[in-house]
Amino acid sequence: MNYIDMHAHMVSRTTDDYHAMALSGCLAVTEPAFWSGRDRLGSEAFADYFDHLTTFEPARAREYGIAHYAWLCLNPKEGEDRELTRQVLRIIPEFLSRPTVLGIGEIGLNRVTRNELATFLDHVELALEHQQLIHIHTPHLEDKYKGTRVMVDALAADGRIEPGRVMIDHAEEHTVQMILDHGFWTGLTLYPKTKASPARAIDMIEMYGSERLIVASACDWGPSQPLAIPEFIFEARRRGHTEATIRKIVLENPQRFLGQSPKFVPPTREPRLAQV
Amino acid sequence: MAAHADTCLLTQTQLLDLSFMEHRAHLLAIAAFLDRLERAQGAAGAPQDFRLEALRSALHELTSPEPGRVVRAQMRLSDQNLELLDLRDSQSAFGASRRPHEQQEAEQ
Repeated sequence: MNYIDMHAHMVSRTTDDYHAMALSGCLAVTEPAFWSGRDRLGSEAFADYFDHLTTFEPARAREYGIAHYAWLCLNPKEGEDRELTRQVLRIIPEFLSRPTVLGIGEIGLNRVTRNELATFLDHVELALEHQQLIHIHTPHLEDKYKGTRVMVDALAADGRIEPGRVMIDHAEEHTVQMILDHGFWTGLTLYPKTKASPARAIDMIEMYGSERLIVASACDWGPSQPLAIPEFIFEARRRGHTEATIRKIVLENPQRFLGQSPKFVPPTREPRLAQV
Repeated sequence: MAAHADTCLLTQTQLLDLSFMEHRAHLLAIAAFLDRLERAQGAAGAPQDFRLEALRSALHELTSPEPGRVVRAQMRLSDQNLELLDLRDSQSAFGASRRPHEQQEAEQ
C-alpha cells in the first residue's frame, strides 16, 4: 500500500533506507528539523543543516521516486539557549521560500523549561507571520503529559491559531484525547522501544477514530524503524481493518493536512528522473 | 460496560490467539528484569531508585479490573506538576519523574 511518512529524519539514515521505503510503498516523506546529537554552537551550523534538508535530501529521495519535504526550526532540545534561538530565527525566513519547505517544525518542548516555552512561542510567531503549517514535538517519557498540556493550553489561548493547520506529534494514550479535543491534528510516532508500537497506535485509532490521526516512523539515529508504517499496515490488516481505513490513515490524512500548503503536491508512483 | 466497548474488531479469542505469546514474553521479561536487579552488584540502593518505584507503582495497574490501565500506568510514570522548570536540568528524559507522586500531589 502506498503511504506518506510524515516524520522521518532521513538525514540520519542511509540511502538503503530510501530503497527499502520505496520498495514498501513510500511515496513521500516530510522531515522535521532535529537535534544532531549535540547542541550546535551557532546559526551557521543551522544554515548548513537547512540547506542540506532542502537540496541534498530531496535529490537523494528523488532517486527512489520518493518526494521529500522539510520543516524548519531550532529543535526543542536546543531551545534552552535563547541567544542561539534569536540567531536561528533570523535565518529561517530565507529558507522558507524554498520549494520543498512546508512549514515550521518540529518545534516544541523537551524538559519543559521557561526558556524552551519562550523559544516554542517564538517559532509559533514566525509561523503565523509567514502563514506556515506547524509541526510540534511533544516531550518524551515523563515530560510528555506535562509538555503537551502546557503547549495545548498556550495554543488554545491564542485566537490566531487555526488548530487544523497544526499537527502535534508523538502523542500517546495519555495525551491523544486532549490534542484531538482542541482540534489539532495528532501524530502517533512508532518506535521499537520508547514510544507507541503499531499495536498501540491501532488501539488509539480504534478508540478515538481516524479523523485527525496520522502515523509516522520518526526514524532517526536512535533505535527506530524506517519501515514502521508498513509494520503498522501489516498489524492493522491482522486486526481486521479494511484497506480503505488503513489507506485513510497512511495516505489520505497526510495529504489532507499537508495539502494546506500550496507547495505540497500529492505524490504519485510515476517514474522520476534523478536530478542529483 | 468497558469504555470504548466493541471498538476492537477482533473477538477476544482471536486476540488471544494472535497476541498472547508476545505479551507472555513481555511479562516474563519484566519479571526477569526485577530478579536481575536483585542479583545485581550494588543493589542496596535500587529499591529507592525513583524509576524502580515508579515502575512498581505502574505495575499495579496491570492487575486492575478497570479499563484505562495504560493511561493510568503512563500517568504514574509522568511528571504531573505543570510548573515550568527555571532551567534545563538535563538533556534527556529518565522515563519516570524524580518527584514521588505523593510529593507532586502535595505541591498541586
